Amino acid sequence: MRKAAIVGMGYTVPQTITPQLSYREMIFEAAVKAYENSGIHPKDVQSFICVSEDFLEGVSIFDEYVPDQLGANLKSVHTISADGIFAIISGFLQILTGKFDIVLVEAHSKASNILNPNEVIAFAQDPVYNQPLRLNPHYIAGLEMNRFLYSSGNTREQCAKVVVKNKKNALKNPLSAYPAKIEIEDVLNSALLSDPLRKMDKSQHADAACVFILASEKIAKSITPNPIWIKGAGWCSDDPSLETRNWDEAVYAKLSARQAYKMAGIQNPKQINLAEIDDSYSYKELQHLESMGLCRKGESGLLLEEGYFEHDGSLPVNISGGNLGAGFLFEASGAFKIVELILQLSKEAGCRQVKNASLGLAQVWRGVPTATGAVIILERED
Amino acid sequence: MELKGIGLEEEIFKISKKSEKSMKMEFKGVSLKESDFKEKKILSLENKPNLKYAWDTGVAIGRFLAELKQGRLIGRKCCKCRRIMIPPRMFCEVCFKPNDEWIYLKDKGTVNTFSICYVSWDMQKLKEPQIPAVIEIEGASKMMGILHLLGEVEPKEVKIGMKVKAVWKEIDKREGAITDIKYFKPI
Ligand SMILES: [Zn+2]
Repeated sequence: MRKAAIVGMGYTVPQTITPQLSYREMIFEAAVKAYENSGIHPKDVQSFICVSEDFLEGVSIFDEYVPDQLGANLKSVHTISADGIFAIISGFLQILTGKFDIVLVEAHSKASNILNPNEVIAFAQDPVYNQPLRLNPHYIAGLEMNRFLYSSGNTREQCAKVVVKNKKNALKNPLSAYPAKIEIEDVLNSALLSDPLRKMDKSQHADAACVFILASEKIAKSITPNPIWIKGAGWCSDDPSLETRNWDEAVYAKLSARQAYKMAGIQNPKQINLAEIDDSYSYKELQHLESMGLCRKGESGLLLEEGYFEHDGSLPVNISGGNLGAGFLFEASGAFKIVELILQLSKEAGCRQVKNASLGLAQVWRGVPTATGAVIILERED
Repeated sequence: MELKGIGLEEEIFKISKKSEKSMKMEFKGVSLKESDFKEKKILSLENKPNLKYAWDTGVAIGRFLAELKQGRLIGRKCCKCRRIMIPPRMFCEVCFKPNDEWIYLKDKGTVNTFSICYVSWDMQKLKEPQIPAVIEIEGASKMMGILHLLGEVEPKEVKIGMKVKAVWKEIDKREGAITDIKYFKPI
């Protein structure tokens, strides 16, 4: 099979607000850095793939507004309405066709510009059955968390520990908007949103832009001595219906991980050295770990308490700080998980560097009310 | 947003029967009246999203709007391709590099294209038609300009290539928006 690698990237620092830059100026900054980082010129890029969701941008048919700031004027561009990891997978697949050697991928978040994000999320619910109830959409996470704790045996306190760990990890990551040193009690004493979910269980929005350059095997090594290879990818959607979906596990994560492991030739998920996974809500990290087979059902909480997912543990998880520590970036959330993997696999993660990191997994979920996610596996070959 | 369910099954059945018989397959549809919805003869569900945004203007748009409030047009110059761009942006999309200088431009230009619009945005007939036009601003590069309305002119007098000038709102009524220019009028 053909191969594809990520050979360069550029990003802006996730921040709670970014009034100094328009989205175009923010994306331009990320693009310039990605071109500089890879030594690629915009004219060498054969295909540009962006992600955006009109309701998050506040402009319909937003894809019309992306070319200028990427150097993609009059070139092949398309936008997909999904997380950045889906765009990387699309770029990967374009390269596998053999028709493209250099593809650019862009993702961004101007979440601070959405004045009532809960309304956008609520508007994604089924308009006939769910929206008329006028519930704050985080109730969906409350429903899911309740069922997850019930069926897995993990505890409320263990979910709080996820927040403590990820916010602590973010303290060492300059690309994070919500680092903090907190205790389990802080989470348990924070306001109830939708029982058992509390305010601090939920990640908060941030703004940032991120651009990647992907290249075919043929030219990757001429661009960088250490390309980060895309070894496997999977994506999946479970039943959108809140009434009939499987609330016991994240089926979309299970099946997309299975697809990615198969493509990557991974027999045992234990081969993976580090994982950057969705933790939009505290319990999601535990649920996703179990669903992807990165630990056994019902064991994630205990392993967390034992330090298994810490920086020096057997499987460091969300060393970047995850969405809880670094910020929830809507469709750019997955992109920043890839940023962390690339820094780690390139041994450029500084004080966060995970020893012997060579095979990493990134996973993303598109948030409530969706049951959609993707997994990607990256490897550095020495 | 509206979801419509049809409650007039019989009516539809009749029509589809008819079209089965005829050689031509015509789908005439069912005529519905406003009252059919009001009287709930047609099942429907209304839903209005409550979405609100406040876009960061950033450097380029922010300065452009601030200058409009002062009654001035400003553009940016790229020293590599020498283009002078309005509305301004902080990078040149052709050269793909940050551009270089702010340049004040005259508040007049030439009509590149125009149309005479006889319906309002929600398709109501207008008493006075509106005349949207693309105005190439004097001093800026070719194809650089402002989309605005033309005023103080009879629709039939408007021509491509016509010279026009901005008519500004009074200074205390300006708010840093494209509507600080009321319209462009012929010179
Ligand atoms: Zn230029």
